[in-house]
Amino acid sequence: MTSVYEPWEAARGADIIAEHSQMEGATLPILHALQEAFGYVPEEALPMIASALNLSRAEVYGVFTFYHDFRSRPAGRHVLKLCRAEACQAAGGDALAARAEAKLGIALGNTTADQRVTLEPIYCLGLCATAPSAMLDGRLVGRLDENRLDALVSEAQR
Amino acid sequence: MSLRLYVPCDAGALAVGADEVAQALASVASQRGLTIDIVRTGSRGLYWLEPLIEVATPAGRIGFGPATSADAASLLDAIVSSGQHPLRLGAVEDIPWLKRQTRLTFARCGIIDPLSLDDYRAHGGYRGLARALTLTPDEIIAEVTTSGLRGRGGAGFPTGIKWKTVAQTAADRKYVICNADEGDSGTFADRMLMEGDPFVLIEGMTIAGIAVGATKGYIYSRSEYPHAIAATAKAIAIARKAGLLGDKIAGSNFSFDLEVRMGAGAYVCGEETALMESLEGKRGLVRAKPPLPAHHGLFGKPTVVNNLLSFAAIPFILDEGAKAYADFGMGRSRGTMPIQLAGNIKYGGLFETAFGITLGELVDEVGGGTFTGRPVRAVQVGGPLGAYFPRALFDTPFDYEAFATRDGLIGHGGIVVFDDTVDMAKQARFAMEFCAIESCGKCTPCRIGSTRGVETIDKIRRGDRVGENIALVEDLCGTMKLGSLCALGGFTPYPVLSALKHFREDFGPQQPRLQAAE
Repeated sequence: MTSVYEPWEAARGADIIAEHSQMEGATLPILHALQEAFGYVPEEALPMIASALNLSRAEVYGVFTFYHDFRSRPAGRHVLKLCRAEACQAAGGDALAARAEAKLGIALGNTTADQRVTLEPIYCLGLCATAPSAMLDGRLVGRLDENRLDALVSEAQR
Repeated sequence: MSLRLYVPCDAGALAVGADEVAQALASVASQRGLTIDIVRTGSRGLYWLEPLIEVATPAGRIGFGPATSADAASLLDAIVSSGQHPLRLGAVEDIPWLKRQTRLTFARCGIIDPLSLDDYRAHGGYRGLARALTLTPDEIIAEVTTSGLRGRGGAGFPTGIKWKTVAQTAADRKYVICNADEGDSGTFADRMLMEGDPFVLIEGMTIAGIAVGATKGYIYSRSEYPHAIAATAKAIAIARKAGLLGDKIAGSNFSFDLEVRMGAGAYVCGEETALMESLEGKRGLVRAKPPLPAHHGLFGKPTVVNNLLSFAAIPFILDEGAKAYADFGMGRSRGTMPIQLAGNIKYGGLFETAFGITLGELVDEVGGGTFTGRPVRAVQVGGPLGAYFPRALFDTPFDYEAFATRDGLIGHGGIVVFDDTVDMAKQARFAMEFCAIESCGKCTPCRIGSTRGVETIDKIRRGDRVGENIALVEDLCGTMKLGSLCALGGFTPYPVLSALKHFREDFGPQQPRLQAAE
């Protein structure tokens, strides 16, 4: 699936925040919902969350920056996550990660200049018996080898 | 004739093409005018055979695998004619790898439709809750205590004692939390169960709620597990609709409801106090203990926090009785442990068995060694915070105490196998690096120690004053072990020190070692 995100609009953001603000401990569900809608969490949204939940802006900023998942700017059109944890390392994941970096010309954690592909490490998809594994835009791929990785990279570049 | 086929929808099976196989089977069948009924199940946990297709026959379920979409036509031929096929595995229940197991917690996983309450009930589901409703809360807790069940997250604390503490703490509101933040590499049992048998978790948590007097439960899982979260959320909605969650559960006077919450990529949130902070909407910072969560937990209320596998063991214990569970196991480790065999292993997957099986049996006999065919050099047991064991320790029985005696831990039951191309100094460095990436930052030994650990191991690998720097790493590990607030900083020394102890020859100027590329 290629995720198509809405452009940021404060009114829409406010609706999403209001939808979740009555939950116990609403900060994470709100951040997830905003990122699902817009592809990232716009800086403008943080004070809106703070005011809806009666928190300080610093508290919300602290939560936002603590978790690896939340983005402050949009990712590339496709996001390719490679599992870099021990089970995948044992199954040849290091060489595959290096291969993906070389093919895309970027290091893990970066987006290609044409904004097509974001390449990220992920620490365990729980597919450790069919390692090495990856996730392309939410789709899981196991038993990666050079051919399967190359196909994934080409798919992401399209 | 109508054929019933079973195709897993477990994430591990999807990652190797299970959806494509299901689609191909459906389309070939429709071209041929065959009526087939494809039931999507969880996984049996025999991952080298995934996608594992099963067909219902009068003689039981017959398996075929690992299947690809290109096999669909020939598979249907073989199924219709009851003929031979290269992928035919015979009766699935008779596959030795499965037959050798003792499946209590995973009794239904891979067999039933995960979202069918009827299927769940037909396979013994909700009998545990039915019996719990005939007991007093004290009697339920006594049953759990007698079973000997210990926390399956790794610490191994007796579950019954934890429940009793919460039950005896007076409060206007109590919580039950399922820790399904299964972040350890090499573990996937929680994921499999959420995808393959989510009602067992719901039933176990409901029994816990009744026992301790809690009315609300949270299942905290990982954003890396979208399929598991979706399946669990659906199962909760189904249970609620059937009157098994919400007000007056199953016609009783008890009320209990559940909600799934998703983490956001922070490993440390698998630590119970950080998990509660995260559920409260805060940074996942570890809390100092005491106060214990049982006294002062989520939102300051008494809270049971158990691992998913602990809750999932409860329905069996209530249904069959504490003794039936305690009859399995060894020493103080009672019952069964769902062990996960992963990494460079020939036959990887979920192997549930009574405590006491040795590491060597698991890796060599059950796992069949490495898939690369090279010798096994090291195994890491218990996730990123678990020790690396060499072959010399393969006689260690799978048991909390036996592993502790050998400076290891069983953790959540994951075993990651490495062949002889592994560079153990690199693995030790990764342990420190992972701790640095995932540290919550609250305590100094973990936050700073992990970074200094990476730097010092780098010096060793460069050949810079090797002896002195090894001594420094060992000293640093002692500080982290004794001075850290939680298991992240406190247990990171396990992989580092075990690598140093058992694989010292890897620490020093990097030699041109065996390369996988040879």
